[in-house]
Amino acid sequence: MTSHAITSTEPTSVGWRSALPIAAVAVVAAYGLMSSDYVVTVLGFAFIYAIFCTGLNFFMGYTGQASFGQSAFAAIGGYGSAILCTDYGWEPLLALIATMAISGVVAAVVGYPTLRLRGHYLAMATFALGLIAYEITIEWTSLTQGYMGYAGIPPLGLGGFELATLKQQFIAIVVMALIGVGVASRLRQSRFGRALASIAGSELAARALGVDIARYKLVAFVIAALYASAAGSLFAHFVGFISPEIYGTSMVIQSFAMLYLGGIGTTWGPMLGAVIVSVLPEALRGLKEMQDIAYTAILIFILIFAPRGLAGLTVLFRRARRPALGKA
Amino acid sequence: MTAVSAATADVPLLEAKDISASYGHVHALKPTSLHVAEGELVTILGPNGAGKTTLMRALTRLTPSRGNVFFRGRDVSRLSTNRLARCGIVMVQEGRGLFSQMTVRENLVVGGYLHPGDIDTHLQAVFELFPRLKERLDQLAGTLSGGEQQMLAIGRALMAKPQLLMLDEPSLGLAPRVASEILGTLRELNRRGIGILLVEQKAPLALKLAQRVYVISLGRIVVELKTDEIESHHDLARYYLH
Repeated sequence: MTSHAITSTEPTSVGWRSALPIAAVAVVAAYGLMSSDYVVTVLGFAFIYAIFCTGLNFFMGYTGQASFGQSAFAAIGGYGSAILCTDYGWEPLLALIATMAISGVVAAVVGYPTLRLRGHYLAMATFALGLIAYEITIEWTSLTQGYMGYAGIPPLGLGGFELATLKQQFIAIVVMALIGVGVASRLRQSRFGRALASIAGSELAARALGVDIARYKLVAFVIAALYASAAGSLFAHFVGFISPEIYGTSMVIQSFAMLYLGGIGTTWGPMLGAVIVSVLPEALRGLKEMQDIAYTAILIFILIFAPRGLAGLTVLFRRARRPALGKA
Repeated sequence: MTAVSAATADVPLLEAKDISASYGHVHALKPTSLHVAEGELVTILGPNGAGKTTLMRALTRLTPSRGNVFFRGRDVSRLSTNRLARCGIVMVQEGRGLFSQMTVRENLVVGGYLHPGDIDTHLQAVFELFPRLKERLDQLAGTLSGGEQQMLAIGRALMAKPQLLMLDEPSLGLAPRVASEILGTLRELNRRGIGILLVEQKAPLALKLAQRVYVISLGRIVVELKTDEIESHHDLARYYLH
Protein backbone atom coordinates (compact mmCIF):
# COMPACT_ATOMS: atom_id res chain seq x y z
CA MET A 1 0.00 0.00 0.00
CA THR A 2 1.24 3.43 -0.83
CA SER A 3 2.20 5.27 2.26
CA HIS A 4 0.70 8.61 2.98
CA ALA A 5 2.88 9.06 6.01
CA ILE A 6 4.48 12.44 6.30
CA THR A 7 7.65 11.08 7.70
CA SER A 8 9.77 14.16 7.81
CA THR A 9 7.38 16.84 8.50
CA GLU A 10 7.16 17.61 12.13
CA PRO A 11 9.52 19.34 14.45
CA THR A 12 11.42 17.02 16.69
CA SER A 13 12.37 19.72 19.14
CA VAL A 14 10.34 20.35 22.25
CA GLY A 15 9.60 24.02 21.80
CA TRP A 16 6.61 26.30 21.55
CA ARG A 17 5.40 24.34 18.56
CA SER A 18 5.07 21.25 20.75
CA ALA A 19 3.34 23.22 23.49
CA LEU A 20 0.79 24.74 21.12
CA PRO A 21 -1.30 21.57 20.56
CA ILE A 22 -1.26 20.82 24.29
CA ALA A 23 -2.51 24.35 24.97
CA ALA A 24 -5.24 23.84 22.34
CA VAL A 25 -6.31 20.60 24.03
CA ALA A 26 -6.39 22.41 27.38
CA VAL A 27 -8.63 25.12 25.90
CA VAL A 28 -11.01 22.53 24.39
CA ALA A 29 -11.08 20.59 27.66
CA ALA A 30 -11.72 23.78 29.68
CA TYR A 31 -14.55 24.69 27.33
CA GLY A 32 -16.01 21.24 27.87
CA LEU A 33 -15.80 21.54 31.63
CA MET A 34 -17.66 24.84 31.54
CA SER A 35 -20.38 23.45 29.29
CA SER A 36 -23.34 21.14 29.63
CA ASP A 37 -23.13 17.37 30.07
CA TYR A 38 -24.16 17.04 26.44
CA VAL A 39 -21.07 18.94 25.26
CA VAL A 40 -18.90 16.97 27.68
CA THR A 41 -20.24 13.74 26.21
CA VAL A 42 -19.53 14.83 22.63
CA LEU A 43 -16.02 15.95 23.53
CA GLY A 44 -15.50 12.79 25.57
CA PHE A 45 -16.31 10.69 22.50
CA ALA A 46 -13.94 12.87 20.48
CA PHE A 47 -11.01 12.21 22.81
CA ILE A 48 -11.84 8.49 23.01
CA TYR A 49 -11.69 8.44 19.22
CA ALA A 50 -8.46 10.43 19.43
CA ILE A 51 -6.93 7.53 21.38
CA PHE A 52 -8.26 5.03 18.85
CA CYS A 53 -6.95 7.04 15.89
CA THR A 54 -3.56 7.68 17.48
CA GLY A 55 -3.13 3.91 17.65
CA LEU A 56 -4.39 3.42 14.12
CA ASN A 57 -1.94 6.11 13.01
CA PHE A 58 0.89 3.92 14.28
CA PHE A 59 -0.01 1.20 11.85
CA MET A 60 -1.37 3.21 8.94
CA GLY A 61 0.47 6.51 9.23
CA TYR A 62 3.88 5.65 10.61
CA THR A 63 4.19 2.16 9.11
CA GLY A 64 2.21 2.70 5.92
CA GLN A 65 0.04 -0.40 6.27
CA ALA A 66 -3.73 -0.77 5.92
CA SER A 67 -6.04 -1.96 8.65
CA PHE A 68 -9.81 -1.99 8.46
CA GLY A 69 -10.16 -4.20 11.50
CA GLN A 70 -9.07 -2.17 14.51
CA SER A 71 -12.69 -2.06 15.67
CA ALA A 72 -12.20 -5.71 16.67
CA PHE A 73 -9.75 -4.65 19.36
CA ALA A 74 -12.03 -1.85 20.52
CA ALA A 75 -14.73 -4.49 20.89
CA ILE A 76 -12.39 -6.67 22.95
CA GLY A 77 -11.68 -3.67 25.16
CA GLY A 78 -15.31 -2.67 25.49
CA TYR A 79 -16.83 -6.08 26.03
CA GLY A 80 -13.90 -7.21 28.14
CA SER A 81 -14.36 -4.26 30.48
CA ALA A 82 -18.14 -4.78 30.53
CA ILE A 83 -17.93 -8.48 31.33
CA LEU A 84 -15.10 -8.24 33.85
CA CYS A 85 -16.65 -5.33 35.74
CA THR A 86 -20.34 -6.26 35.72
CA ASP A 87 -20.11 -10.05 35.90
CA TYR A 88 -16.93 -10.50 37.89
CA GLY A 89 -16.72 -7.27 39.89
CA TRP A 90 -13.31 -6.20 38.61
CA GLU A 91 -12.03 -2.71 39.19
CA PRO A 92 -12.61 -0.72 35.96
CA LEU A 93 -8.99 0.40 35.63
CA LEU A 94 -7.73 -3.16 36.09
CA ALA A 95 -10.28 -4.36 33.55
CA LEU A 96 -9.05 -1.75 31.09
CA ILE A 97 -5.46 -2.88 31.53
CA ALA A 98 -6.35 -6.58 31.39
CA THR A 99 -8.35 -6.16 28.18
CA MET A 100 -5.48 -4.21 26.65
CA ALA A 101 -3.24 -7.17 27.41
CA ILE A 102 -5.77 -9.57 25.87
CA SER A 103 -6.04 -7.37 22.77
CA GLY A 104 -2.27 -7.28 22.49
CA VAL A 105 -2.05 -11.07 22.57
CA VAL A 106 -4.91 -11.44 20.06
CA ALA A 107 -3.25 -8.87 17.77
CA ALA A 108 0.04 -10.76 17.93
CA VAL A 109 -1.62 -14.11 17.18
CA VAL A 110 -3.78 -12.74 14.38
CA GLY A 111 -1.16 -10.37 13.03
CA TYR A 112 1.61 -12.95 12.70
CA PRO A 113 0.04 -14.73 9.71
CA THR A 114 -2.04 -11.79 8.46
CA LEU A 115 0.78 -9.29 8.16
CA ARG A 116 2.47 -11.45 5.55
CA LEU A 117 -0.14 -9.99 3.24
CA ARG A 118 0.29 -6.62 1.60
CA GLY A 119 -1.79 -3.82 0.17
CA HIS A 120 -5.37 -4.69 -0.67
CA TYR A 121 -5.00 -8.24 0.60
CA LEU A 122 -3.96 -7.00 4.02
CA ALA A 123 -6.82 -4.51 3.97
CA MET A 124 -9.33 -7.28 3.19
CA ALA A 125 -7.89 -9.61 5.84
CA THR A 126 -8.10 -6.95 8.53
CA PHE A 127 -11.59 -6.00 7.36
CA ALA A 128 -12.56 -9.65 7.84
CA LEU A 129 -11.15 -9.47 11.35
CA GLY A 130 -13.44 -6.56 12.15
CA LEU A 131 -16.44 -8.36 10.66
CA ILE A 132 -15.70 -11.53 12.62
CA ALA A 133 -15.51 -9.56 15.86
CA TYR A 134 -18.76 -7.82 14.99
CA GLU A 135 -20.50 -11.13 14.30
CA ILE A 136 -19.22 -12.53 17.58
CA THR A 137 -20.66 -9.59 19.51
CA ILE A 138 -24.04 -10.30 17.88
CA GLU A 139 -24.15 -14.08 17.84
CA TRP A 140 -22.40 -15.10 21.05
CA THR A 141 -25.28 -13.88 23.15
CA SER A 142 -24.35 -15.84 26.27
CA LEU A 143 -21.17 -13.76 26.45
CA THR A 144 -22.11 -10.45 24.86
CA GLN A 145 -25.90 -10.35 25.24
CA GLY A 146 -26.13 -9.77 21.48
CA TYR A 147 -28.22 -6.84 20.26
CA MET A 148 -29.48 -6.27 23.81
CA GLY A 149 -26.07 -4.94 24.68
CA TYR A 150 -24.35 -4.65 28.02
CA ALA A 151 -25.70 -2.15 30.53
CA GLY A 152 -24.63 -1.08 33.99
CA ILE A 153 -20.93 -0.81 33.27
CA PRO A 154 -19.36 1.19 36.09
CA PRO A 155 -17.41 4.40 35.44
CA LEU A 156 -13.64 4.46 35.63
CA GLY A 157 -12.15 4.06 39.07
CA LEU A 158 -9.78 2.08 41.23
CA GLY A 159 -9.82 0.86 44.81
CA GLY A 160 -13.10 2.38 45.86
CA PHE A 161 -12.30 5.72 44.22
CA GLU A 162 -14.77 6.25 41.41
CA LEU A 163 -14.93 9.03 38.85
CA ALA A 164 -18.56 9.59 39.62
CA THR A 165 -19.34 12.60 37.44
CA LEU A 166 -19.20 12.90 33.69
CA LYS A 167 -16.73 15.77 33.94
CA GLN A 168 -14.33 13.79 36.13
CA GLN A 169 -14.38 11.01 33.59
CA PHE A 170 -13.89 13.51 30.81
CA ILE A 171 -10.74 14.84 32.47
CA ALA A 172 -9.42 11.29 32.83
CA ILE A 173 -10.09 10.61 29.14
CA VAL A 174 -8.34 13.82 28.04
CA VAL A 175 -5.33 13.00 30.21
CA MET A 176 -5.18 9.47 28.78
CA ALA A 177 -5.45 10.84 25.23
CA LEU A 178 -2.55 13.22 25.92
CA ILE A 179 -0.50 10.40 27.39
CA GLY A 180 -1.32 8.32 24.31
CA VAL A 181 -0.17 11.06 21.96
CA GLY A 182 2.92 11.69 24.08
CA VAL A 183 3.92 8.02 23.97
CA ALA A 184 3.28 7.91 20.22
CA SER A 185 5.39 11.02 19.71
CA ARG A 186 8.32 9.64 21.72
CA LEU A 187 8.17 6.30 19.93
CA ARG A 188 7.99 8.01 16.58
CA GLN A 189 11.21 9.92 17.21
CA SER A 190 13.01 6.81 18.45
CA ARG A 191 14.96 4.23 16.48
CA PHE A 192 11.78 2.17 16.49
CA GLY A 193 9.86 5.05 14.91
CA ARG A 194 12.51 5.53 12.25
CA ALA A 195 12.32 1.83 11.42
CA LEU A 196 8.54 2.15 11.00
CA ALA A 197 9.00 5.19 8.78
CA SER A 198 11.49 3.29 6.63
CA ILE A 199 8.92 0.52 6.15
CA ALA A 200 6.38 3.13 5.09
CA GLY A 201 8.94 4.60 2.69
CA SER A 202 10.14 1.41 1.01
CA GLU A 203 9.93 -2.07 2.44
CA LEU A 204 12.69 -3.37 0.18
CA ALA A 205 15.06 -0.56 1.13
CA ALA A 206 14.24 -1.02 4.81
CA ARG A 207 15.05 -4.73 4.61
CA ALA A 208 18.29 -4.01 2.77
CA LEU A 209 19.32 -1.69 5.62
CA GLY A 210 18.74 -4.36 8.24
CA VAL A 211 15.22 -3.54 9.41
CA ASP A 212 13.24 -6.63 10.37
CA ILE A 213 10.04 -5.47 8.72
CA ALA A 214 7.90 -8.47 9.74
CA ARG A 215 8.69 -7.89 13.40
CA TYR A 216 8.16 -4.14 13.26
CA LYS A 217 4.87 -4.44 11.41
CA LEU A 218 3.67 -6.87 14.04
CA VAL A 219 4.75 -4.59 16.88
CA ALA A 220 3.03 -1.61 15.23
CA PHE A 221 -0.13 -3.70 14.80
CA VAL A 222 -0.03 -4.73 18.46
CA ILE A 223 0.49 -1.13 19.59
CA ALA A 224 -2.47 -0.02 17.46
CA ALA A 225 -4.53 -2.80 19.06
CA LEU A 226 -3.56 -1.63 22.56
CA TYR A 227 -4.76 1.89 21.79
CA ALA A 228 -7.97 0.58 20.18
CA SER A 229 -8.65 -1.63 23.17
CA ALA A 230 -8.13 1.25 25.60
CA ALA A 231 -10.49 3.41 23.53
CA GLY A 232 -13.13 0.66 23.43
CA SER A 233 -12.83 0.13 27.15
CA LEU A 234 -13.00 3.85 27.94
CA PHE A 235 -16.14 4.14 25.82
CA ALA A 236 -17.80 1.38 27.82
CA HIS A 237 -16.96 3.02 31.14
CA PHE A 238 -17.84 6.51 29.93
CA VAL A 239 -21.28 5.60 28.55
CA GLY A 240 -22.07 2.68 30.83
CA PHE A 241 -23.62 0.74 27.98
CA ILE A 242 -22.32 -0.98 24.86
CA SER A 243 -23.89 -2.85 21.96
CA PRO A 244 -22.49 -4.44 18.78
CA GLU A 245 -23.10 -1.52 16.40
CA ILE A 246 -20.78 0.72 18.44
CA TYR A 247 -17.83 -1.42 17.31
CA GLY A 248 -19.11 -2.00 13.76
CA THR A 249 -17.95 -0.85 10.36
CA SER A 250 -19.05 2.72 11.03
CA MET A 251 -16.34 2.97 13.66
CA VAL A 252 -13.73 2.11 11.03
CA ILE A 253 -15.10 4.61 8.52
CA GLN A 254 -15.36 7.30 11.17
CA SER A 255 -11.79 6.74 12.31
CA PHE A 256 -10.50 6.88 8.71
CA ALA A 257 -12.24 10.22 8.21
CA MET A 258 -10.62 11.50 11.40
CA LEU A 259 -7.20 10.19 10.47
CA TYR A 260 -7.12 11.64 6.97
CA LEU A 261 -8.80 14.88 7.91
CA GLY A 262 -6.46 15.51 10.83
CA GLY A 263 -3.33 14.36 9.04
CA ILE A 264 -2.25 10.75 8.76
CA GLY A 265 1.34 10.17 9.80
CA THR A 266 1.46 13.29 11.97
CA THR A 267 1.58 13.31 15.75
CA TRP A 268 -1.38 15.55 16.52
CA GLY A 269 -3.40 14.97 13.35
CA PRO A 270 -5.44 12.02 14.69
CA MET A 271 -6.56 14.00 17.74
CA LEU A 272 -7.32 17.09 15.66
CA GLY A 273 -9.33 15.00 13.20
CA ALA A 274 -11.18 13.21 15.99
CA VAL A 275 -12.26 16.46 17.60
CA ILE A 276 -13.36 18.07 14.32
CA VAL A 277 -15.23 15.04 12.97
CA SER A 278 -16.97 14.54 16.32
CA VAL A 279 -17.85 18.15 17.00
CA LEU A 280 -18.72 19.34 13.49
CA PRO A 281 -22.08 17.49 13.14
CA GLU A 282 -23.14 18.90 16.51
CA ALA A 283 -22.09 22.41 15.50
CA LEU A 284 -24.17 22.06 12.32
CA ARG A 285 -27.23 20.67 14.05
CA GLY A 286 -29.05 23.98 13.59
CA LEU A 287 -29.07 23.41 9.82
CA LYS A 288 -31.56 20.54 10.38
CA GLU A 289 -32.11 18.62 7.10
CA MET A 290 -29.09 20.35 5.52
CA GLN A 291 -26.84 19.16 8.35
CA ASP A 292 -25.45 16.06 6.61
CA ILE A 293 -24.89 17.90 3.34
CA ALA A 294 -23.06 20.74 5.07
CA TYR A 295 -21.00 18.31 7.14
CA THR A 296 -19.94 16.32 4.08
CA ALA A 297 -19.22 19.47 2.08
CA ILE A 298 -16.93 20.80 4.80
CA LEU A 299 -15.05 17.50 5.01
CA ILE A 300 -14.58 17.42 1.23
CA PHE A 301 -13.52 21.07 1.23
CA ILE A 302 -10.88 20.42 3.89
CA LEU A 303 -9.53 17.36 2.10
CA ILE A 304 -9.30 19.23 -1.21
CA PHE A 305 -7.36 22.14 0.25
CA ALA A 306 -5.43 20.13 2.83
CA PRO A 307 -4.90 16.75 1.16
CA ARG A 308 -2.42 15.75 3.85
CA GLY A 309 -4.82 16.73 6.57
CA LEU A 310 -5.02 19.81 8.73
CA ALA A 311 -1.87 18.95 10.67
CA GLY A 312 -0.11 18.63 7.32
CA LEU A 313 -0.73 22.32 6.68
CA THR A 314 1.92 23.20 9.27
CA VAL A 315 4.38 21.24 7.16
CA LEU A 316 3.51 23.17 4.01
CA PHE A 317 3.80 26.38 5.97
CA ARG A 318 7.24 25.44 7.26
CA ARG A 319 8.43 24.37 3.82
CA ALA A 320 7.21 27.63 2.33
CA ARG A 321 9.31 29.50 4.87
CA ARG A 322 12.38 27.36 4.23
CA PRO A 323 14.80 28.93 1.73
CA ALA A 324 14.72 27.21 -1.64
CA LEU A 325 17.62 24.88 -2.32
CA GLY A 326 18.99 24.58 -5.81
CA LYS A 327 19.61 21.36 -7.56
CA ALA A 328 22.92 20.04 -8.74
CA MET B 1 35.66 -17.99 -24.72
CA THR B 2 37.90 -19.04 -21.95
CA ALA B 3 36.76 -18.97 -18.39
CA VAL B 4 39.43 -17.85 -16.01
CA SER B 5 39.44 -18.94 -12.44
CA ALA B 6 40.64 -16.08 -10.31
CA ALA B 7 40.38 -16.99 -6.70
CA THR B 8 42.26 -14.24 -4.99
CA ALA B 9 41.98 -15.33 -1.42
CA ASP B 10 41.64 -18.53 0.53
CA VAL B 11 38.19 -17.67 1.87
CA PRO B 12 36.26 -15.36 -0.42
CA LEU B 13 34.29 -12.48 1.03
CA LEU B 14 31.24 -13.72 -0.85
CA GLU B 15 30.79 -17.01 -2.60
CA ALA B 16 27.62 -18.16 -4.35
CA LYS B 17 27.28 -21.75 -5.48
CA ASP B 18 24.62 -22.82 -7.97
CA ILE B 19 22.33 -19.98 -7.05
CA SER B 20 19.15 -19.82 -9.12
CA ALA B 21 15.84 -17.98 -9.09
CA SER B 22 12.54 -18.20 -10.90
CA TYR B 23 9.54 -15.98 -11.44
CA GLY B 24 6.75 -18.51 -11.68
CA HIS B 25 7.71 -20.83 -14.54
CA VAL B 26 10.35 -18.47 -15.89
CA HIS B 27 13.88 -19.42 -14.84
CA ALA B 28 15.31 -15.90 -14.69
CA LEU B 29 18.55 -17.13 -13.15
CA LYS B 30 19.90 -20.59 -13.90
CA PRO B 31 22.30 -22.26 -11.45
CA THR B 32 25.17 -19.82 -11.26
CA SER B 33 28.31 -19.53 -9.17
CA LEU B 34 30.46 -16.52 -8.45
CA HIS B 35 32.70 -15.10 -5.79
CA VAL B 36 34.08 -11.79 -4.56
CA ALA B 37 37.39 -11.79 -2.75
CA GLU B 38 38.21 -9.56 0.22
CA GLY B 39 38.71 -5.99 -0.94
CA GLU B 40 37.84 -6.83 -4.51
CA LEU B 41 35.67 -4.84 -6.92
CA VAL B 42 33.81 -7.14 -9.27
CA THR B 43 31.43 -6.07 -11.99
CA ILE B 44 28.66 -7.98 -13.68
CA LEU B 45 27.93 -7.10 -17.28
CA GLY B 46 25.24 -8.27 -19.59
CA PRO B 47 22.46 -7.12 -21.87
CA ASN B 48 19.05 -6.03 -20.65
CA GLY B 49 17.02 -8.96 -19.34
CA ALA B 50 20.09 -11.16 -18.89
CA GLY B 51 19.39 -11.69 -15.20
CA LYS B 52 21.79 -9.22 -13.56
CA THR B 53 19.25 -7.67 -11.22
CA THR B 54 17.75 -11.06 -10.44
CA LEU B 55 21.22 -12.31 -9.52
CA MET B 56 21.74 -9.38 -7.14
CA ARG B 57 18.30 -9.84 -5.61
CA ALA B 58 18.83 -13.58 -5.27
CA LEU B 59 22.15 -13.05 -3.50
CA THR B 60 20.51 -10.70 -0.99
CA ARG B 61 17.32 -12.78 -0.68
CA LEU B 62 15.14 -9.98 -1.97
CA THR B 63 14.00 -12.65 -4.42
CA PRO B 64 13.52 -16.24 -3.23
CA SER B 65 16.43 -18.32 -4.50
CA ARG B 66 17.96 -21.76 -4.41
CA GLY B 67 21.62 -22.65 -4.02
CA ASN B 68 24.17 -21.65 -1.40
CA VAL B 69 25.68 -18.32 -0.46
CA PHE B 70 28.70 -18.08 1.82
CA PHE B 71 29.97 -14.93 3.45
CA ARG B 72 33.53 -15.26 4.71
CA GLY B 73 32.99 -19.00 4.69
CA ARG B 74 29.79 -18.89 6.71
CA ASP B 75 26.70 -20.31 5.06
CA VAL B 76 24.22 -17.43 4.90
CA SER B 77 21.91 -19.05 2.35
CA ARG B 78 18.92 -19.13 4.65
CA LEU B 79 19.35 -15.69 6.16
CA SER B 80 16.81 -13.00 5.34
CA THR B 81 17.80 -9.71 3.72
CA ASN B 82 17.87 -7.83 7.01
CA ARG B 83 20.04 -10.53 8.62
CA LEU B 84 22.44 -10.32 5.67
CA ALA B 85 22.69 -6.57 6.29
CA ARG B 86 23.66 -7.36 9.87
CA CYS B 87 26.42 -9.57 8.50
CA GLY B 88 27.71 -6.67 6.39
CA ILE B 89 26.09 -7.34 2.99
CA VAL B 90 24.29 -4.16 1.96
CA MET B 91 22.66 -3.54 -1.38
CA VAL B 92 21.84 -0.31 -3.19
CA GLN B 93 18.93 -1.23 -5.41
CA GLU B 94 18.25 -0.22 -8.95
CA GLY B 95 16.17 2.96 -8.74
CA ARG B 96 17.91 3.80 -5.43
CA GLY B 97 14.97 2.97 -3.15
CA LEU B 98 15.23 6.22 -1.26
CA PHE B 99 12.64 7.28 1.30
CA SER B 100 11.49 10.18 -0.81
CA GLN B 101 9.31 11.79 1.88
CA MET B 102 12.20 11.88 4.33
CA THR B 103 14.98 14.43 4.37
CA VAL B 104 18.56 13.61 3.45
CA ARG B 105 19.43 13.53 7.15
CA GLU B 106 16.59 11.14 7.97
CA ASN B 107 17.53 8.82 5.14
CA LEU B 108 21.09 8.67 6.42
CA VAL B 109 20.01 8.14 10.02
CA VAL B 110 17.75 5.25 8.97
CA GLY B 111 20.77 3.89 7.08
CA GLY B 112 22.55 3.74 10.42
CA TYR B 113 19.71 1.74 11.95
CA LEU B 114 22.03 -1.18 12.74
CA HIS B 115 24.64 1.04 14.40
CA PRO B 116 22.74 3.63 16.39
CA GLY B 117 25.72 4.47 18.59
CA ASP B 118 27.93 5.51 15.68
CA ILE B 119 25.55 7.69 13.72
CA ASP B 120 27.49 10.96 14.02
CA THR B 121 30.83 9.37 13.15
CA HIS B 122 29.38 7.70 10.09
CA LEU B 123 27.56 10.84 9.03
CA GLN B 124 30.86 12.71 8.99
CA ALA B 125 32.44 9.94 6.94
CA VAL B 126 29.61 10.12 4.42
CA PHE B 127 29.88 13.92 4.22
CA GLU B 128 33.60 13.60 3.48
CA LEU B 129 32.76 11.42 0.50
CA PHE B 130 29.72 13.40 -0.59
CA PRO B 131 30.01 17.01 0.66
CA ARG B 132 26.93 17.94 -1.36
CA LEU B 133 24.75 15.83 0.92
CA LYS B 134 25.76 18.01 3.85
CA GLU B 135 24.44 21.06 1.98
CA ARG B 136 21.14 19.27 1.36
CA LEU B 137 20.61 17.83 4.83
CA ASP B 138 17.10 19.18 5.39
CA GLN B 139 15.93 18.73 1.83
CA LEU B 140 13.47 15.96 1.01
CA ALA B 141 15.20 13.09 -0.75
CA GLY B 142 12.57 13.07 -3.48
CA THR B 143 13.50 16.62 -4.47
CA LEU B 144 17.21 15.91 -5.03
CA SER B 145 18.72 15.68 -8.48
CA GLY B 146 19.45 12.21 -9.87
CA GLY B 147 23.14 12.41 -9.01
CA GLU B 148 22.47 13.58 -5.49
CA GLN B 149 19.91 10.82 -5.03
CA GLN B 150 22.49 8.25 -6.03
CA MET B 151 25.00 9.82 -3.64
CA LEU B 152 22.40 9.59 -0.91
CA ALA B 153 21.61 5.96 -1.75
CA ILE B 154 25.29 5.05 -1.50
CA GLY B 155 25.78 7.23 1.58
CA ARG B 156 22.83 5.60 3.27
CA ALA B 157 24.22 2.16 2.50
CA LEU B 158 27.58 3.21 3.97
CA MET B 159 25.82 4.18 7.20
CA ALA B 160 25.11 0.44 7.58
CA LYS B 161 28.90 -0.24 7.66
CA PRO B 162 28.98 -2.67 4.74
CA GLN B 163 31.78 -5.11 4.24
CA LEU B 164 30.33 -5.99 0.87
CA LEU B 165 28.50 -3.25 -1.00
CA MET B 166 26.30 -4.44 -3.84
CA LEU B 167 25.12 -1.84 -6.33
CA ASP B 168 22.61 -2.36 -9.10
CA GLU B 169 23.08 0.12 -11.95
CA PRO B 170 24.24 3.10 -9.88
CA SER B 171 24.80 5.25 -12.98
CA LEU B 172 21.35 4.62 -14.42
CA GLY B 173 19.84 7.85 -15.73
CA LEU B 174 22.83 9.99 -14.77
CA ALA B 175 24.80 12.37 -16.96
CA PRO B 176 28.21 10.93 -17.96
CA ARG B 177 30.10 13.35 -15.73
CA VAL B 178 27.98 12.53 -12.68
CA ALA B 179 28.13 8.80 -13.42
CA SER B 180 31.89 9.02 -13.63
CA GLU B 181 31.98 10.88 -10.30
CA ILE B 182 29.80 8.24 -8.63
CA LEU B 183 31.84 5.36 -9.97
CA GLY B 184 35.03 7.17 -8.91
CA THR B 185 33.67 7.20 -5.37
CA LEU B 186 33.19 3.45 -5.58
CA ARG B 187 36.84 3.10 -6.47
CA GLU B 188 37.71 5.13 -3.36
CA LEU B 189 35.48 2.95 -1.19
CA ASN B 190 37.12 -0.12 -2.63
CA ARG B 191 40.55 1.33 -1.81
CA ARG B 192 39.36 1.61 1.78
CA GLY B 193 38.77 -2.12 1.83
CA ILE B 194 35.06 -2.47 1.10
CA GLY B 195 34.31 -5.32 -1.27
CA ILE B 196 32.08 -4.22 -4.13
CA LEU B 197 29.85 -6.17 -6.46
CA LEU B 198 28.63 -3.89 -9.19
CA VAL B 199 26.03 -4.33 -11.89
CA GLU B 200 26.58 -1.62 -14.46
CA GLN B 201 25.39 -0.83 -17.95
CA LYS B 202 28.17 1.68 -18.61
CA ALA B 203 30.66 -1.09 -19.26
CA PRO B 204 33.72 1.02 -20.17
CA LEU B 205 33.46 2.92 -16.89
CA ALA B 206 32.84 -0.22 -14.85
CA LEU B 207 35.71 -2.07 -16.45
CA LYS B 208 38.08 0.75 -15.51
CA LEU B 209 37.21 0.19 -11.87
CA ALA B 210 36.81 -3.54 -11.57
CA GLN B 211 39.44 -6.15 -11.00
CA ARG B 212 37.27 -8.93 -12.39
CA VAL B 213 34.20 -9.18 -14.52
CA TYR B 214 31.42 -11.68 -14.93
CA VAL B 215 29.38 -11.61 -18.11
CA ILE B 216 25.86 -12.89 -17.76
CA SER B 217 23.57 -13.89 -20.60
CA LEU B 218 20.18 -15.58 -20.60
CA GLY B 219 20.27 -16.06 -16.84
CA ARG B 220 23.66 -17.72 -16.73
CA ILE B 221 27.23 -16.51 -16.19
CA VAL B 222 29.01 -17.26 -19.43
CA VAL B 223 32.37 -15.63 -18.88
CA GLU B 224 34.55 -14.82 -15.90
CA LEU B 225 37.81 -13.01 -16.43
CA LYS B 226 40.15 -10.37 -15.11
CA THR B 227 39.46 -6.97 -16.60
CA ASP B 228 42.93 -6.64 -18.05
CA GLU B 229 42.25 -9.78 -20.06
CA ILE B 230 39.18 -8.42 -21.79
CA GLU B 231 41.18 -6.85 -24.64
CA SER B 232 42.29 -10.31 -25.67
CA HIS B 233 38.65 -11.33 -26.09
CA HIS B 234 37.92 -9.42 -29.24
CA ASP B 235 34.20 -10.02 -29.34
CA LEU B 236 33.79 -8.91 -25.69
CA ALA B 237 36.09 -5.94 -26.15
CA ARG B 238 34.19 -4.85 -29.24
CA TYR B 239 30.86 -5.21 -27.45
CA TYR B 240 31.73 -3.64 -24.09
CA LEU B 241 34.68 -1.34 -24.64
CA HIS B 242 34.17 0.32 -27.99
